[in-house]
Amino acid sequence: MRKAGRMILMPENLPPKIYQDLGLTDYEYERIVSILGRQPNYLELSMFSVRWSEHCSYKSSQKALRDFPTEGKRVIQGPGENAGIFSIGNGLAIAMKIESHNHPSAVEPYQGAATGVGGIIRDIFAMGARPIANLNSLRFGPLDRPKVRYLLEGVVAGIGGYSNCVGIPTIGGEVYFEDCYEANPLVNAMCVGLVKTDTIIKSGARGIGNKLILIGSATGRDGIHGATFASDELDESSEERRPSVQVGDPFTEKLVMEACLELVERGLLVSLQDLGAAGLTSSSSEMAAKGGVGLEIDISRVPLRGEGMQPFEIMISESQERMLAVAEPDKVEEITKVCDRWGIRAAVIGQVTEDGILRVVNESQTLAEIPARALSQEVPLRNLEVRRPAYLDNLHHYPLPSLESEKDLSQHMLELLASPNLCSRQWVYRQYDQLVETNTIGLPGADAGVVRIKGTHKALAFKIDGNGRYCYLDPFAGGQIAVAEAARNLVCRGAQPVAMTDCLNFGNPEKPEIYWQFVECMRGMSQACRVLGIPVVSGNVSFYNENFGEPIYPTPTVGMAGLIEDMRWCTTPEFKDEGDLVVLLGETHQDMGGSEYLKLFHDLIAGQPPALDLDLEKRVHLCCLEAIRAGLLRSAHDCSEGGLAVAVAESCILGGLGATVNIQEEHKQTVALFSESQSRIVVSLKEEDLLHLEEIGRRHKVPVKVIGMVGGDRLTMGKVIHLTVTEMKKVWEDTLESIMRI
Amino acid sequence: MSKVRFGVIVFPGSNCDRDCYYVLKDLLQVKVDYIWHQEEKPKGFDCLILPGGFSYGDYLRCGAIARFSPVMEFVQDFAEQGGLVLGICNGFQILLECGLLPGAMLRNQGLKFVCQFIYVRVDNNQIPFTGAAQPGQVLQLPVKHNEGNYYVEEETLKEMKRRGQIVLRYSTKEGVVTREANPNGALDNIAGICNERKNVFGLMPHPENSSEPILGSQDGLLIFKSMLQYMEDGEFRYGGGEEFRYEEGREDDLDA
Repeated sequence: MRKAGRMILMPENLPPKIYQDLGLTDYEYERIVSILGRQPNYLELSMFSVRWSEHCSYKSSQKALRDFPTEGKRVIQGPGENAGIFSIGNGLAIAMKIESHNHPSAVEPYQGAATGVGGIIRDIFAMGARPIANLNSLRFGPLDRPKVRYLLEGVVAGIGGYSNCVGIPTIGGEVYFEDCYEANPLVNAMCVGLVKTDTIIKSGARGIGNKLILIGSATGRDGIHGATFASDELDESSEERRPSVQVGDPFTEKLVMEACLELVERGLLVSLQDLGAAGLTSSSSEMAAKGGVGLEIDISRVPLRGEGMQPFEIMISESQERMLAVAEPDKVEEITKVCDRWGIRAAVIGQVTEDGILRVVNESQTLAEIPARALSQEVPLRNLEVRRPAYLDNLHHYPLPSLESEKDLSQHMLELLASPNLCSRQWVYRQYDQLVETNTIGLPGADAGVVRIKGTHKALAFKIDGNGRYCYLDPFAGGQIAVAEAARNLVCRGAQPVAMTDCLNFGNPEKPEIYWQFVECMRGMSQACRVLGIPVVSGNVSFYNENFGEPIYPTPTVGMAGLIEDMRWCTTPEFKDEGDLVVLLGETHQDMGGSEYLKLFHDLIAGQPPALDLDLEKRVHLCCLEAIRAGLLRSAHDCSEGGLAVAVAESCILGGLGATVNIQEEHKQTVALFSESQSRIVVSLKEEDLLHLEEIGRRHKVPVKVIGMVGGDRLTMGKVIHLTVTEMKKVWEDTLESIMRI
Repeated sequence: MSKVRFGVIVFPGSNCDRDCYYVLKDLLQVKVDYIWHQEEKPKGFDCLILPGGFSYGDYLRCGAIARFSPVMEFVQDFAEQGGLVLGICNGFQILLECGLLPGAMLRNQGLKFVCQFIYVRVDNNQIPFTGAAQPGQVLQLPVKHNEGNYYVEEETLKEMKRRGQIVLRYSTKEGVVTREANPNGALDNIAGICNERKNVFGLMPHPENSSEPILGSQDGLLIFKSMLQYMEDGEFRYGGGEEFRYEEGREDDLDA
């Protein structure tokens, strides 16, 4: 312990209001002065500025996020740790989290996406969990622009380059193309890990005198002020921010991961935390604040890779592949041995103190003293104004086309299947290792990815989902739909939805209209979570997704986990056999607002998004799950973008089988085929099982309607669609391949 | 339980080591242990596996750094003494780099990582790694790699064909070797080759990721079972048996 009464190094004469250049407001600066009881020096100011950035502190979103239900009988760890954790029985649990890396990917797509994946993987093994699956959610502008293709190409390569190398299967994802994401693409990466409940480790530092150990890469000048960059809108100067983007080293990550998992398994660590945005500053202040202790960091002991690095650079560097651990002093030697064996560094850089102060020293010289709790948790929360955007009324009352006289619906169907938003994503996921770890029993390309849990009969399905268009038209309804649809996708796989993580991508929250979108979306998502009984265990918020003042659509991404108690229940979307009945669970309504059909053939994004009855949604899930568990369903596939027609077509294409389907008389043909009504699942089953399914449907008050039969080599729907499976498959499979070949 | 003991070599960055271990231990109930890349004289192993992954991050060139790992001298000696050495994907690349197998890997023709199930035809079932296969049997296995575009100069290829060193070739489900069936542009659709002595075998597809029906295919098991059968049959039969004749006629399919 250091002697009391040391002088803090104050290289003052700071330019007035320099805090503004660092992104702090006048009020925040006043708070800092009052917390410290004096003027901060430059190092302290830098630490506050990154830790109190929107990206790290959630100062604009914290209040709204409190609305999420975060408790449930399976929840072991809710939001606030590196990742959330829920139990799956057998003494096992799943850690899961999702995070955005939008701005870095906009200026350097490969490294931006790669380091996004790297960061989320560290969040998972920081809990002591071995990563078992990656997923990702991507948004780009229209593919006819070369820059967009460059971004897509780089992002996908970056995600694959990182997760393939670390050896984690990428089992699912989604990608959509829309004008609003042209200059501000979204890259949301999700990782899930498996952990024994008795080896879960957390980040709170404990034990006065315990050592603080920095594990992994040396610290360089990369990513200085990355968190601040992420908390700003993109503009013409953004390209100059490329040095704010870090460079990923997946090989080192793999070694750091194996070393950390070994250290945790052998019980050598007290706590563990990943270094992400705002580097040492953020991780150390969180560890100290959560443990109710102080930490002292001697920067002279931090292994560096840059010459002459300033203290503030060391404290806020976002160099990748680093972890911070607390361990008892007598374990340090063993820890160093383990790390040596894996060929990575482990440097003791400080210790746990009892005074609650985060103290930065350079050998004997004190450079900064900040109450850790204040730095980590006492950012002034912002009270932001909300205002319902004026555009909504216009869009809601926009006269939608009658769709009475649509011609050649077969041709329309082919164009829908070929549209970038609905076509096969094989071009993307073929670039990801989907199989490593020999657990993937549900590959990408279906409603959700599935991994089995070795040594049990269980499997887990994971889905990542969001629809910015619906949220733009009505953020409350769109938020509800995002949750409901992710859950429905899991149900189609035979999984009971059990937990959720989310990544909330929005524009600049200082604009009242944007903040209104955010609050409304939260409200919708929370309500859906409550009704469907799905707790939120972790999450991430990404604001300032704007380019030259134009915001993206409000785009909440939902990452959801579903438990399959018996992996034999795992169900797939493709039709299996000639003669099987095609049955629709749920009902089709006039829900053309925000549909892919209106966008594609009428160039229209308007109207109300599909209506959602959450109680019906829940009953449809129960009905479908009961039928799957009874062994009745041969296939199950969610009806969503593109409507019933596209859902049935996909079941045909994937199964290599045709079908004859009737169209409900009460609707216009176009509506019956392409309406995007929620709470619908297309299933197929043997004729002799129909009575049983109808009985289940009656009990759950879910409409069960036979709409056709599997068979032949073509899909016929009513009198208007006649297409061979081969021609549908060709356009569906070729789109991305041929666009990306240019 | 079989007396045969497998060793799975772990290089920094290997990531299919656990998968190979799982297949041998849990599915085939065979003795298996990891061998750390720094071990110079591991003892008591009957078969070695160099697993897939990204040894040393593939940073210089796939397998180029791993070949200098301390354990590699042992692998060379082991192979020279006739021990069975299986290299999968990155392991195959390491075997090429260290010269235990001829040829080199180029980047995939499409310049992208490719992960998908493909078919390979067994063109030589007279070696310890494919002995359980029927002649010309087609296996469904996954590939997942960036550099699987096999290349070797013409003269060597001729020799390899004559000696039956071309073991697996990308084909259609029906066993026809076509350009469309080739996921990476590999010369002559070559997916797996062995050395002259037939005791070192490298392949790009991943048999360990396709050894259970629930994973979509269990054809990969055939490779491990063949090795096991061969070892259990008794003494090593290095280069024994009759010489394999390469079926030149099938070449035509490539131009079809």
